[in-house]
Amino acid sequence: MRTVFKTSYDADINLFRHKQQFGWYLALLLIAVALPLLLSTFALGEATNVLIWAIACMGLMILVGQSGQASLGHAAFLAIGCYANVLMQQRLGLPFLVTFPLAGLIAGIAGALIALPMTKLHGIYLAIGTIAITILVEDFIVLAAPLTNGVIGLIPPPITIFGLTIDRYSTPNTLYYLTLGITLLVVLAYRNLQRSPLGRSFAAIRDSEISAQAMGVNVARTKAVAFGISTGITGLAGALMGHYAGIFNNETFNLIISIQLLLAIVIGGLGSIHGAFFGAAIVALLPQTIAFARDILGSLVGGGSIAIPGMEAAIFGLILILFILFEPMGIYGRWVKIRTYFELFPFYRRDMFRRQKAYLKTERMR
Amino acid sequence: MGVLQLIVSGLANGCVYGLIAMGFVLIYKATEAVNFAQGDFMMLGAFICLGLTNPQFMGLPFWVSVPIAIAIMGAFGYALDLVVLRRMFGQSQIAIVILTIALGFVLRFAAGVIWGHEPVSLVTPMAGKNVHFGGLVLGASEVAVIVVTVVLTGLLYLYFNRTKLGVAMQASSQNQLAAYYMGIPVKRIHSLIWALSGMTAAVAGILFASKGSIDPSIGLLGIKAFAAAVIGGFGSLPGALLGGIIVGLIEPFSGRYMPSGYSQIMPYLLLFLILIFRPHGILAQVHAKKV
Repeated sequence: MRTVFKTSYDADINLFRHKQQFGWYLALLLIAVALPLLLSTFALGEATNVLIWAIACMGLMILVGQSGQASLGHAAFLAIGCYANVLMQQRLGLPFLVTFPLAGLIAGIAGALIALPMTKLHGIYLAIGTIAITILVEDFIVLAAPLTNGVIGLIPPPITIFGLTIDRYSTPNTLYYLTLGITLLVVLAYRNLQRSPLGRSFAAIRDSEISAQAMGVNVARTKAVAFGISTGITGLAGALMGHYAGIFNNETFNLIISIQLLLAIVIGGLGSIHGAFFGAAIVALLPQTIAFARDILGSLVGGGSIAIPGMEAAIFGLILILFILFEPMGIYGRWVKIRTYFELFPFYRRDMFRRQKAYLKTERMR
Repeated sequence: MGVLQLIVSGLANGCVYGLIAMGFVLIYKATEAVNFAQGDFMMLGAFICLGLTNPQFMGLPFWVSVPIAIAIMGAFGYALDLVVLRRMFGQSQIAIVILTIALGFVLRFAAGVIWGHEPVSLVTPMAGKNVHFGGLVLGASEVAVIVVTVVLTGLLYLYFNRTKLGVAMQASSQNQLAAYYMGIPVKRIHSLIWALSGMTAAVAGILFASKGSIDPSIGLLGIKAFAAAVIGGFGSLPGALLGGIIVGLIEPFSGRYMPSGYSQIMPYLLLFLILIFRPHGILAQVHAKKV
């Protein structure tokens, strides 16, 4: 086991705990940069998809994992980011470099504005309120057909940055690098947020709202800010998702996407950046994995490929049920446990990460 | 169609929403868990009854299959709590929300595999018949829905206030620890609540199926019922029914008097306004939060 000797107060909030950790992440970054050389075009497209989902998951993770508010409305903000980005490019003729951050900003402001009245709500009421947002935005896209083209959908123009054209099919490598760059920026922003006073106040609100209030945190404002930052990042992911999908309409961002986002971060592990990436990988790669498995099974049985509608969602649901029952801390939690087991060998105890809470507190007084 | 007929069809829809919402509220009151799969429970109840009744499946008489379907759903609810949800005891609310959402996916898939994805109709004695009521022509199934809902609500009221088990359920929903000290088997009460909720969902499902065709995706109706439960006040049984009726009435009227496309968003718009201005619903149950 490694013991880190801290010789200054800043050591507590360093980006990396020690040099070896920095080395590992550098290696990971090098692999990520070299990925286009290693993978086929199809696999690279899937990798891009994973990164886009990871950005969206990080957006939701800030809200759920960091500040402890559950949202089932993030598909709405994916949609807002996506539509804002493409509409500004098409209607106003602005370049991608301007519309992309603006799309995030618009989604963020929309999120903060919606959050202001909803910060009074807790847990389940917040989840229901955000469900209403998803459904309202989906229907609003249809109602505002002159602007959004309704159910027919929009086709985003290719991205142009300084004369460089980026498109999913003609230049998959550049799209991958663009996504990777944005992902890195978001990760860095997330890490810095965690280290800043704002991030600390998020964590305080997550752990106990009343104690946070007693410590001088403005709960309503901080919650709204958390909502804004979270939906802003999700809006960025939405803008990228639009370019990646090639065509989108109201059904691209329905309630199922909201649910999948929430499920992804729970499977990945709440409260960590790693969890966002693990969850994104599962959600983005599962459809392809199931399709492959089905083809292999079909060729083994000899009856062609079997197609059962809804199987994807059912397998996803089953994985999720198993995770919540047997590993509520997600993939990252399991990884931490395995790592601790080897670091402390042979002194690991089974209940080391067990939560103490044994019965439910009620919110009602009568 | 006259305004009165609009009201009756809205009431009938609203009663179904209200019954699903009552299923939510039963579980929420007793266990503080929110069952997002309640809509899929309803779907499952409808399909079990359909599978027992319809000639292409088992072909049992309607009045025989209804109690069997209700009993099966009760057993299903009990088993679900016993096997899955009891392990979740003490975990955060949102974990249970996610678990039940996932459960909904699985149930929808199972129903699709067993009964197919095409819309099918339940063969009921009420189908296609009309009731003439003082010059009004009403669908027999709609009248049946309203009557059954009223009767069921009365029975639940009596059950919770007059029977030993009902009072025990109330006690454990108010304070689990104190109820446990008083000798109430809280865990078994929770399982029974899930069973009761499953039975309510089965009734709602059979009533819904008697009004038109069903397919496995009708479970998504649960979201609307959820809106109904919040509008009425989560945690209050009369509130759930009231919310359901409000949502049920809003839909046909906004469909008639407002431009097309707005009728489906009206329930959610109302939900949103209620959440902003009266966050705990019309018949609020929350008074203060303990630290």
